[in-house]
Amino acid sequence: MNNLLFDFTVDESTNSILITREFDAELSLVWDAFTKQEILDQWWAPKPLVSKTKVMNFEVGGRRFYAMVWPEGQEYWGVEKYTLIDPQTNIKLLASFTDKDENINAELPTSEWELNFSEQNGITKLSIVIKNKTLTDIETIIQMGFKEGFTMTLNELENLLPTLNK
Amino acid sequence: MRRDIFQAIADPTRRAIIVLIALQAMTPNAIAENFNTTRQAVSKHLRILTECELVKQEQKGRKIYYSLEIDKMKEIDKWIEQFRKIWETRFNQLDNLLSTIKKNKR
Repeated sequence: MNNLLFDFTVDESTNSILITREFDAELSLVWDAFTKQEILDQWWAPKPLVSKTKVMNFEVGGRRFYAMVWPEGQEYWGVEKYTLIDPQTNIKLLASFTDKDENINAELPTSEWELNFSEQNGITKLSIVIKNKTLTDIETIIQMGFKEGFTMTLNELENLLPTLNK
Repeated sequence: MRRDIFQAIADPTRRAIIVLIALQAMTPNAIAENFNTTRQAVSKHLRILTECELVKQEQKGRKIYYSLEIDKMKEIDKWIEQFRKIWETRFNQLDNLLSTIKKNKR
């Protein structure tokens, strides 16, 4: 599993985050994982968060309105509006932060996402470009995710402790 | 207005200045020679870089030299690493899910 590509870079000149990842699965499966809410909700949120999709109509002009839910019940809402869908190849969307009633939070950045899927010898390659207006917007998005990152670190520690006790 | 490292690197001229002075401390005039903009414009960029604490000034005789605060640049790495980790976890979860789905299909 470790020989699968994972590349993560920030391009300061275009205010973009570039992510490339390979998966040991056929393209149709990876495509479903990004486009079907019952699969998306099983992996989208980094543990211990849970992804809860409230509305999803995967079509151009459609949207996914979802929350990241904390174990304590705190919810962070967001919406992704699909602007282009080329089946099994390409998705473009606009991602924004919202409140629980789907009102977009204008103080937080909206970013443009482009996802590209391709398959070679049973390995699916996914490339994601997340374009923002400014680098500071990327920073804000990361700050929103910082709590996630921090909790994850604690989680890893939790997993590590039993092995250290042996 | 809030000044931070991300503002510093948000501008192409400032990124070019960072690259220039990473190699050696330079005077504002020497820096300005590398750009087609005015001396004033370069001075403004240097001021922002200084406010972001990404460059430091040093007086040598009558001249002021600008050099890079390397440690400050490391903040960018740390910041990117946090986000990278979130995606890494997310994708590892997807790996597990994909292999479960594949097994169930068989």
